[in-house]
Amino acid sequence: MNAGTRRAAPRRWDAGRVGVYAFLLTAALFFLAPLYIMVVTSLKSMDEIRAGHLFSLPLAPTLDAWRTAWSEACTGVSCEGVSVGFWNSVAIVVPSTLIPILVGAVNGYALSYWRPRGAQWLFGMLMLGAFIPVQVMVYPLVKVLASVGLFASLPGIVAVHVVFSMPVMTLLFRNHYAALPVELFKAARIDGGGFWRIFFQLMLPMSLPIVVVAAIMQVTGVWNDYVLGLVFAGHEHLPMTVQLNNVINTTTGERLYNVNMAATILTSLVPLALYLVSGRWFVRGIAAGAVKG
Amino acid sequence: MAGVAIRNLGIRFGGHEVIRGLDLDVNEGEFLVLLGPSGCGKSTLLHGIAGLVDTAEGTVEIGGTDMTFADPSERGIGMVFQSYALYPTMTVERNMSFGLRVAGVARDEIERRVQRVSRMLQLEPLLGRKPAQLSGGQRQRVAIGRALVREAGVFLFDEPLSNLDAKLRAELRRELKLLHKALGSTMVYVTHDQVEAMTLATRIVVMRGGVIQQIGAPGEVYERPANRFVAGFLGAPGMNFIEGALLGGAFDSARLRVELPGYPFAKPPVAGQAVVLGVRPEHLRLHAQGAHEGVVQLVEPMGNHQVAWLDVGGLVLAALVGESVPLAADERVRFDLDVARVSLFDRQGEQRL
Repeated sequence: MNAGTRRAAPRRWDAGRVGVYAFLLTAALFFLAPLYIMVVTSLKSMDEIRAGHLFSLPLAPTLDAWRTAWSEACTGVSCEGVSVGFWNSVAIVVPSTLIPILVGAVNGYALSYWRPRGAQWLFGMLMLGAFIPVQVMVYPLVKVLASVGLFASLPGIVAVHVVFSMPVMTLLFRNHYAALPVELFKAARIDGGGFWRIFFQLMLPMSLPIVVVAAIMQVTGVWNDYVLGLVFAGHEHLPMTVQLNNVINTTTGERLYNVNMAATILTSLVPLALYLVSGRWFVRGIAAGAVKG
Repeated sequence: MAGVAIRNLGIRFGGHEVIRGLDLDVNEGEFLVLLGPSGCGKSTLLHGIAGLVDTAEGTVEIGGTDMTFADPSERGIGMVFQSYALYPTMTVERNMSFGLRVAGVARDEIERRVQRVSRMLQLEPLLGRKPAQLSGGQRQRVAIGRALVREAGVFLFDEPLSNLDAKLRAELRRELKLLHKALGSTMVYVTHDQVEAMTLATRIVVMRGGVIQQIGAPGEVYERPANRFVAGFLGAPGMNFIEGALLGGAFDSARLRVELPGYPFAKPPVAGQAVVLGVRPEHLRLHAQGAHEGVVQLVEPMGNHQVAWLDVGGLVLAALVGESVPLAADERVRFDLDVARVSLFDRQGEQRL
């Protein structure tokens, strides 16, 4: 048989394959059902919701609930919707992503190539830090930040995120650099590159896949954070997750299910979009680190 | 162009001593090959010269200047690595000019040097490509080019051809030799391949366990190995070793007795001394009237010659035979040894006698 007439192997439907598809379909339905209910409920009016048909499509779809959730829903005494929280979260996420990636990359690079005195010891401590639960450190951190005047401020919450993400970011980049041939670094040393030049001109351009992975981890992690935001951000900078909780817990008269659903979808939209757009990169980044070297 | 002088060099990794008290002089313009099995410290020595590993003691002088504590970039060296170590995000042209750009060389000077080297190595059509778009041989040529544009006094090669297939290796080997002829620069070349060492070197340095075993021209090291290790490391198939004793000016063993008239002993031999006789396969000649007899155990045809493995009363010896000589397994043959070209080693110290 020549290459031109090659066909794909015929598909066979045996019991095993049917079972696999049945399981996948069930799992997909199980995870998609809540999202479906949230979307249709958010598009219904309160009268329709009270009728109680949870799975039915909205008879008269309306975006009123979304509008209310975004700009009018009440959190405690103020009624400005979750939009305030959205912009607060953006203000927290952007520096809390850029700074840890940069610092983590420099850490990993220094640990992999320059091996300063006591590097192993330092790395061990950092890893140990990754295993200590966040809750244990909340109270001491509040005292420390308060003493330097950063408690309940934007720089304060960013600093907390930077500190807590440091072990994972460092580990991620260290392992990425450890997988690259060390001769590359040696060649650059002979070519006269110093610490920063080798980092910015050679190592960072080679780190694109791992930077994407790190960015996805940080953006979703910081966006979904609740405890740290609640404790350290202060009233002016409460992130979207905390405001969402306030919206849902603030009831005047009846519980507005449609508004609550819309607000929840709005809050989870950023991580959701990120995964949809970058899922391919995410997998590639992990695989690239795994099979090299 | 510059020479290298190494004095009492010691290199340790953790508590492990890789090199200790090593002295070595590399003459200006010579092609010095560091040869030895893996783990013998040859690469470590090269990296010590380059300043890529810390030295525990001793000094490294390059071009008459003490460079023991100098940064790799300040030593006036260019280096080629086994894995090419090309910068994957840069084009060939940017790879070659990286060092010069770091050093702040003027733009037209960079262009002139890159042009010159890429013409020399036939890299001109590849200048715009990334390393991933090159074949193995092209990558190694770019790596060599990157070292050459530095116009350094000393070029260091760390097993540069080991990752290439046999045909390409022979081709690039020839190119390297022509390059050395054209440039006349000092080159220090690390390899475990004795063919590369023999063909390229002006002088070979054979190393084992961090210690230099012998330094000499390829012919000298091959013909008059300083000890049994050097003798066995060079040559394919390896040298035949026969254990025996010196009795009355002759080598004597259970299976062979060889008269040794005029063997140039380094010092007068002791009668009855336990020795090892070393005979290169090409110095074992099949001959109808030969003094010794053996049975052909196996014949390996190599095209332009064949290797006959002879069983001499339980002792197996290799002999290089012309391709036209008819040979069959289990055939009984007679042979002679070229007595003028054998080596004798002390059985205890394994040193040449």
